[in-house]
Amino acid sequence: MHSTYNYKKFPYSPPPELKSGATQRHPLIVIGCGPVGLAAAIDARQHGIPVLLLDDDDTVSVGSRGLCYAKRTLEVLDRLGCGDPVAAKGVSWDVGRTFFRDDEVFNFNLRPQTGSKRPGMVNLQQYYLEDYMVQRALEAGVNFRWKNKVVAVTPQHDHVQLQVETPDGVYVLEADWLIVCDGARSPVRTMLGLDIDGKVFMDRFLIADVLMKADFPAERWFWFDPPFHPNQSVLLHREADDVYRIDFQLGWDADPEEEKKPENVIPRIKAMLGDDREFSLEWVSVYTFQCRRMNEFRHGRCLFAGDVAHQVSPFGARGANSGIQDADNLIWKLKLVMDDKAPLRLLDSYSDERGFGADENILNSTRSTDFITPKGKVSQTFRNAVLELSRTLPFARKLVNSGRLSVPSYLTDSVLNTPDSEAFDGDMVPGAPMEDAPVLLDGQPAWLMDQLGGRFQALVFCDDPASVSETMQRQLLALAAAEVPVEPLIIARKTGKCQLKLVVDQEGLAFSRYDARPNTLYLARPDQHVAARWREAKVSHIVAAVTRATANFSEE
Amino acid sequence: MPLILEPNFREQGKRYFRDFSPGDDFYQLLVDTHRDLTDEQSAMVNAKLILILSNHVGDIAVLREAMALARADAETN
Repeated sequence: MHSTYNYKKFPYSPPPELKSGATQRHPLIVIGCGPVGLAAAIDARQHGIPVLLLDDDDTVSVGSRGLCYAKRTLEVLDRLGCGDPVAAKGVSWDVGRTFFRDDEVFNFNLRPQTGSKRPGMVNLQQYYLEDYMVQRALEAGVNFRWKNKVVAVTPQHDHVQLQVETPDGVYVLEADWLIVCDGARSPVRTMLGLDIDGKVFMDRFLIADVLMKADFPAERWFWFDPPFHPNQSVLLHREADDVYRIDFQLGWDADPEEEKKPENVIPRIKAMLGDDREFSLEWVSVYTFQCRRMNEFRHGRCLFAGDVAHQVSPFGARGANSGIQDADNLIWKLKLVMDDKAPLRLLDSYSDERGFGADENILNSTRSTDFITPKGKVSQTFRNAVLELSRTLPFARKLVNSGRLSVPSYLTDSVLNTPDSEAFDGDMVPGAPMEDAPVLLDGQPAWLMDQLGGRFQALVFCDDPASVSETMQRQLLALAAAEVPVEPLIIARKTGKCQLKLVVDQEGLAFSRYDARPNTLYLARPDQHVAARWREAKVSHIVAAVTRATANFSEE
Repeated sequence: MPLILEPNFREQGKRYFRDFSPGDDFYQLLVDTHRDLTDEQSAMVNAKLILILSNHVGDIAVLREAMALARADAETN
């Protein structure tokens, strides 16, 4: 199997501590070299934090596993400098089709509005994603230690001590801060005796990655009760390299070892294809899943991100996508705390905000699972009635739930938000993930999202940049040199003279998506979420809102 | 008022950022209403629910239309 991808082995070298016997303190150690650990490590480097990244293996994900990367994830990857290879190699798609028995009952488009850089989803085998992220992490100066397996973790008052096993022996490391991204079965979480609560779903699914020449379009196809696999569901996705992901629901009683055998997998795929075309199996796996989360994602100086902290059913692609958003939310906060510019409370907002995201993901994926696998006869009847009605009735189409695909959370309850004091239309409320829009930068087509992120920014909307007064420009520039810098960005309807960074909203989409008028001001967080907004651009607003967004407010 | 066939679920005081959320809230409520009931008990709950909602709608012309839509294809399935 795996004729399309060559697994690289990353070089292990004996850690210097083994020879010297000295224990070194590192500002930040990340455990786990999956997409979440890599995102955390790259982001930390972009914030100037030295990073040691430990992994017990020396290669990327075996098997394609994670598959769909959502628009929000692509935006984060863009900010981390590895969005382009993922988008270029992956298969972009926006359309999903739903079938019931013999017929298509309806379809949906994930990106009803155009005017954003990235599509609704990109499908890419996990090993490619990790491969590109490793390359980017190396460029960014992440210090990798492959085949370094953490075997003991001892939290101390002001640091964390680790015992690490290598092919040449065991040694000790110390970290001011530890980010744990070692996955669903996290050995580190177990070593620390931390619980993760939730439920197991009584169902099994077969994943087959199939290499074949086919003319299936780049769409997501989902079948309820198809003639080729009666009473169960089937999901088809297109991946890179002419590989297709087929996911067969098997039921709880299926024998995973038997089902994985090619002689049992191949007839299922043949029945689905309905013809004699040739194909080969790239990877096959049988899985069950759980929906569960840790209560807190911060325990002292140990921070938990990705599957270690929360797990969901795969319907909706809310696993890796939410883990990458964890890293996106965490690192800027950690940097401020490490630099003594924000209190520990800011890291608790990581746990609160991403815990909210985890709850939303668990809710949505549990609902999808309940629709796909109805429990009991009455649920099954309702499910089939919805599918029947969805052929003709618009309201029923909205109820069909074959997975609510990963979208970012609106962090409307976050303590970091400054509540609105004026009226705004639209969805760009404090806590909202920011919307992209096409703009002109130095006369060239560009994207708003590419101008955002990594630092706080003040977005000043205006008709003509010349209307931003000299005083205002000077004050904004002074903010860029403050202890927590805020970089100004002028968003103007037309071009003009301006000493601040300027983008031109030629199509008016930034204005309409942000419900902006001349003199409207937004404060953007480093993770591209809205912190605050006002109808009148005033520097005193920004100062107060940054204080709040960095948790530098007094305890209430 | 004519029979509404466009998505129409919402809850007062709730703001939705995703168009699937109000329908999913409703569907979960519906399934939860039947949790741990036998098939016979569920059939009775469904019958009562239809009666209660029919009275709420009140307009028999609308109910006639809804019943016809619900019954269409019943004998072929």
